[in-house]
Amino acid sequence: MTETFADRHGKYGVMAQFEDPEQLLEAANRAYAAGYRNMDAYTPMPIDGLAEAVGFRRNWVAPIVLFFGLCGAIGGFSLLWWISVIAYPHNVAGRPFNSWPAYIPITFECTVLLAALSAVVGMLALNKLPMPYHPVFNVQNFSRASVDRFFLCIEASDPKFDLAKTRAFLEQLNPEEVADVEK
Amino acid sequence: MPSRFETTDELEPPVIDPGPDKIIAPGFTYATVTDKIAGVVFKPIQTTPKQWFISLFLAFVAMQGLLAGACWLFYKGVGVWGIVVPVAWGFAIVNFVWWIGIGHAGTLISAILLLLKQDWRTSINRFSEAMTLFAVAQAGMFPILHLGRPWLPYWLLPYPNSMWLWPNPRSPLIWDVFAVSTYLTVSLIFWFIGLVPDLATMRDRAKKEWQKLVFGMLGMGWRGSAKHWARYQMAYLLLGGLATPLVVSVHTVVSFDFAISLLPGWHTTIFPPYFVAGAIYSGFAMVVTLAVPARKWFHLEDIITMRHMDCMGKLMLGTGLIVGYGYCMEAFMSWYSGNPHEMFMYLNRATGPYRYFFWSLILCNILIPQSLWSAKVRQSIPALFCVSIVVNIGMWLERFIIVITSLARDFLPSSWGMYYPTQWDWAVYVGTLGFFLVLMILFVRVLPSISIFEVREVLHHLAPNIADDGPAPAPAHGD
Repeated sequence: MTETFADRHGKYGVMAQFEDPEQLLEAANRAYAAGYRNMDAYTPMPIDGLAEAVGFRRNWVAPIVLFFGLCGAIGGFSLLWWISVIAYPHNVAGRPFNSWPAYIPITFECTVLLAALSAVVGMLALNKLPMPYHPVFNVQNFSRASVDRFFLCIEASDPKFDLAKTRAFLEQLNPEEVADVEK
Repeated sequence: MPSRFETTDELEPPVIDPGPDKIIAPGFTYATVTDKIAGVVFKPIQTTPKQWFISLFLAFVAMQGLLAGACWLFYKGVGVWGIVVPVAWGFAIVNFVWWIGIGHAGTLISAILLLLKQDWRTSINRFSEAMTLFAVAQAGMFPILHLGRPWLPYWLLPYPNSMWLWPNPRSPLIWDVFAVSTYLTVSLIFWFIGLVPDLATMRDRAKKEWQKLVFGMLGMGWRGSAKHWARYQMAYLLLGGLATPLVVSVHTVVSFDFAISLLPGWHTTIFPPYFVAGAIYSGFAMVVTLAVPARKWFHLEDIITMRHMDCMGKLMLGTGLIVGYGYCMEAFMSWYSGNPHEMFMYLNRATGPYRYFFWSLILCNILIPQSLWSAKVRQSIPALFCVSIVVNIGMWLERFIIVITSLARDFLPSSWGMYYPTQWDWAVYVGTLGFFLVLMILFVRVLPSISIFEVREVLHHLAPNIADDGPAPAPAHGD
């Protein structure tokens, strides 16, 4: 693997701070148009279209939930079938052992349980959370990213990254402040 | 235009309820709304309102009923309760159904209103999700206490054991185990995952070291990345989509406990929808009961506005009418079925030994809530609060009537019997009320009880360019 700028200079990237989400969205679109790919935006609430603007393409959460939901359905039904047909067949008023309509409520609950758990665990895993340390927190003003400020960080791992040029590029996007992000 | 920030008194800015048209008072910015909600948690203990301490104390005292009742029950057995043959399902099942139902409004607000894009849900969803969680926790205790051998609840679960026994998956009681435990789990993760971005905000706002540590751990290093938000929103939406059928299924399964049996008054197909509507009805009543003091103690009238109260009043009225329709159908079907046992069941409810309960139930659930047709009642806090208490009582009476009257007088007069709750029934019931309130009262003080990031989202949608420095937006009059 070739050595990136980040490895040479110990910087994580350059971060610009914006006052409102529209400026940030505009800046993210322009950074993407300028050829930057490794970047991320940080906001106190979800902003429509921002993830796409910083190059987020594939949201795997829904396929994961579908997969585990199906696992829950099949697993739940199979468990009930196995209990009542194989493990502990029990004649209740002459009804068939495989009286499947009676299995539907539990099958449904198992589907929802696994799908819901996989939605949360899958989302956290894809986001690589919990993460106790991250370089962006080194930026002094970053604590406002969870309150009222909007940040765009172009990362040093980007092939096009150059500390001075990237900084200059971000400065022309009308930010309140631009700061280096130490690793 | 008067603004709430004009005052110079920094300690107690006057809180103005913007009335029934607005979901949030004008003049809020991302920063001020964050400060306001987080401020409730960071408030020094000396400035916590006195009513909060008094309520916590009273709830804590009531909670001891559960301790005493459960200890005595574990020592002596279920004979300390009023349950007899034929009424083997007493308060424990009444309270179980009632508590589970109360939880349902929380899920309705957080999941169904999310899918319906009702933006007024934002100020109350966190609060009602917590209510769901705590109510389901109370509900979950009752079947276990009722087991007779309460140290063996794990026998309900299908697990490989040395006796080679498995639960019967054709029994609604086992469906219940799965439905309630799934509901509790999903409510918990829904609530917690909604809290994560706000816990990160709390971490960044905390001044004390231990607060930073606690909120930092709970916030899991959330940093508000756009990519994270995209996955977060997808997960949240899917959870909403999953919780919606789940909440309907839970009370449906609870109603199956009754409907699958053959007892007159229980064996009816109207039970699932009627139980779900009743659950949401009682849940909304409980949200109102809890929201009224909470918004007053912490001066949140500008975020939980009259509009929220008005909407909840309307939903109570709507679900109450569905419940009323259920009562009418029960009466109609008992006549239309031509079945003498069914006809007797209804006559027995209305004129039998439990008739006072029945007519109080009609008064509490059907007659008094009709006052909610009037906007004056919906927009008067004392009136709405009173109606909500009445509905809570009414829904409890409904559970009582359903469980007790059908068991007390079934097909054969020779097997009839009466049920009288004992002091230990009451102790456990009041104890769970206390436990629930203790949890709620602590919750509104130690965690952000309103979803801060979602309120910011609402602000963003209302006025996209409102971010600005400091607490004071451009004052209307120069100073």
